[in-house]
Amino acid sequence: MIAKRSISLTVNGVRYEATVEPRLTLVDLLRNELGLTGTHVGCEHGVCGACTVLISGKAVRSCILLAVQADGADITTVEGLSPSGQLHPIQQAFQEQHGLQCGFCTPGFLLSVKELLADHPDPTDEQIKETLGGNICRCTGYQSIFAAVKCAARKLADPAAGALATGVAQVG
Amino acid sequence: MKPAPFDYAAPTSLDEAVELLAANEGESKVLAGGQSLMPLLNMRLARPGLLVDLARIPGLDYVREENGAVVIGAMARQRALERFAPAATLAPLLAASLEHVAHPQNRNQGTVCGSLAHADPAAELPAVALTLDATFRVVGPNGSREVAAKDFFVTYLTTVLESSEILAEVRFPAQAPRTGWAFDEVARRHGDFAMCGVSTTVTLDASGACRDARVVLFGVGATPIAPRAPSRR
Repeated sequence: MIAKRSISLTVNGVRYEATVEPRLTLVDLLRNELGLTGTHVGCEHGVCGACTVLISGKAVRSCILLAVQADGADITTVEGLSPSGQLHPIQQAFQEQHGLQCGFCTPGFLLSVKELLADHPDPTDEQIKETLGGNICRCTGYQSIFAAVKCAARKLADPAAGALATGVAQVG
Repeated sequence: MKPAPFDYAAPTSLDEAVELLAANEGESKVLAGGQSLMPLLNMRLARPGLLVDLARIPGLDYVREENGAVVIGAMARQRALERFAPAATLAPLLAASLEHVAHPQNRNQGTVCGSLAHADPAAELPAVALTLDATFRVVGPNGSREVAAKDFFVTYLTTVLESSEILAEVRFPAQAPRTGWAFDEVARRHGDFAMCGVSTTVTLDASGACRDARVVLFGVGATPIAPRAPSRR
């Protein structure tokens, strides 16, 4: 019988303690033990990016990271992007630019983009593609996600910019 | 798709890590960034009894310049090398290969030494190590030894590392003056496993004559392949 390990980690500013099997992945800890189901489980071998979270601001795959490896880590999940009830500017941009359809991949994209825009507030097209290449979306064809990243960069650079600065018609 | 049960140890020194590996010979596996090992565990293609995590050992995450060489510790992330500006001057082939190593989200966690020790035949870094004559520092129960890149890779996912040894450091010498280089690969999507790839250098002497030419192919054999040096005609 393999002994469980006690770990503590900070998720979205909240400190959690947990006792886990060594084989428990971080994404399963987040979803099944901490109830943070915004992080999705896709391929479970580090390829699709649905499970992407930030550790100390860096985007990583939580399906190929053990919870014990994350002992002491500072983690941001999609639930931590903005205070409850509000959308982060990156989320607003995805909504306005139709950067999602089914939404399954979206939490991973949002966190990959969050790291990109923290490192490169005005990213080149190549930098955007390099980041988006790490997340798979089977609905959108990526063009609208690409547009959402550009829109998000503008929003973050100028928080006062109009919500619909890029010409998407608002109906009603 | 969840790993089979295993035990986990997070030693705080390399000596302790080697002791753990030796005490669980054949049952234990080194964990660094986990970007290659964890998929194998999730798919239950690997079922080690014990993972020995190097991440809690202080001082292994360095990337630095030493006598013109780029020297990389066991826990240095691929991303740290990407952000180590002198690499682009000292070993531009190495620096240019990194964008082909999976995706930024993997490189944030994956280590240079881990990729080399994993020795996937489709991986970029082993081919670059062979092209640039990298040197591997290996620590084990009998102390430390150095292995040249040409002697390191044995076959698919297999290196000369014994089960109680750890790749502690890799050293990429600076590319010689008047060296041209190229790196390219064919993959279904950028960042996917390469179907095949090539890493190459040509070094001229002061008169402009070719002094050294290397071509290393990867993804086409059990290890990176360095065909015999092209001969002068």
